[in-house]
Amino acid sequence: MPVNSTHYLFLSLLLFSIGIMGALMRRNAIIIFMCIELMLNAVNLLLVAFSKLYGDADAQLFVFFIMVVAAAEVAVGLAIIVMMYRRVYSVDINILNRLKH
Amino acid sequence: MEIYDILFWVLSAVAVSCALGVILSRNPVNSVMFLILTFFAISGHYILMNVQFLAIVNVIVYAGAIMVLFLFVIMLMNLNADVEPQKGQLVQLAGVISGGILFLVILAGIKSAKPEIMDKASTDIGLISNLGKVLFTKYVLPFEISSVLFLSAMIGAIVIGKKEETKDPDAKAERVN
Repeated sequence: MPVNSTHYLFLSLLLFSIGIMGALMRRNAIIIFMCIELMLNAVNLLLVAFSKLYGDADAQLFVFFIMVVAAAEVAVGLAIIVMMYRRVYSVDINILNRLKH
Repeated sequence: MEIYDILFWVLSAVAVSCALGVILSRNPVNSVMFLILTFFAISGHYILMNVQFLAIVNVIVYAGAIMVLFLFVIMLMNLNADVEPQKGQLVQLAGVISGGILFLVILAGIKSAKPEIMDKASTDIGLISNLGKVLFTKYVLPFEISSVLFLSAMIGAIVIGKKEETKDPDAKAERVN
């Protein structure tokens, strides 16, 4: 069976679901962050596949901008995690629930 | 079966198994390594679709810069031991079930999508000259705005990550606890 657009849809959906499961299962804030990166990459893959399918370069620029935003997001997010770690000496999300109290 | 299809299946298997490795491995350093492998597999998919610029950017930015940043933070916090407390079995099961339900719902949605054969003839839309033309004509304003975003993210990261000088003894006592 030759590769068609549905294969890319399934692959991307599978990677996205794995990312969701990881974000719900793990307690380490850094791993959750990495799962978010995985979900972003799944979406990127789908955008590129449809850009190739329809011969349109716009989607690839969207992927480029997603990468830009992801890089900025990682810088700020890791800074926040490091700051939290300095205060409570843990990156366990069950401890980082100060806003609840 | 053409070489394109074989490479597609191999890369997909690598990407999915390494993604599973990310969420299943107990050691955060192993998770980072698996995620780097996943990104390389996705870059392989990009090269397969002749999207050369994004493939290179994916390797440099994601696998190179971002994951090194993650690894650096993990090493800094000394988390490379298997000491992470796990969520309860019930919560983990609930996570898997809700992720699986999302998978099934979207699967049911895209099941009826008409499969369109990927055009395997090489196109030049993914090459850097074509993307550069589009980026600097149609998307020049978002490009400039993203540079401002980068600047503000950089300043924000520095401000957040700065060591704060607390003269308050209460805060220090709380930190010891």
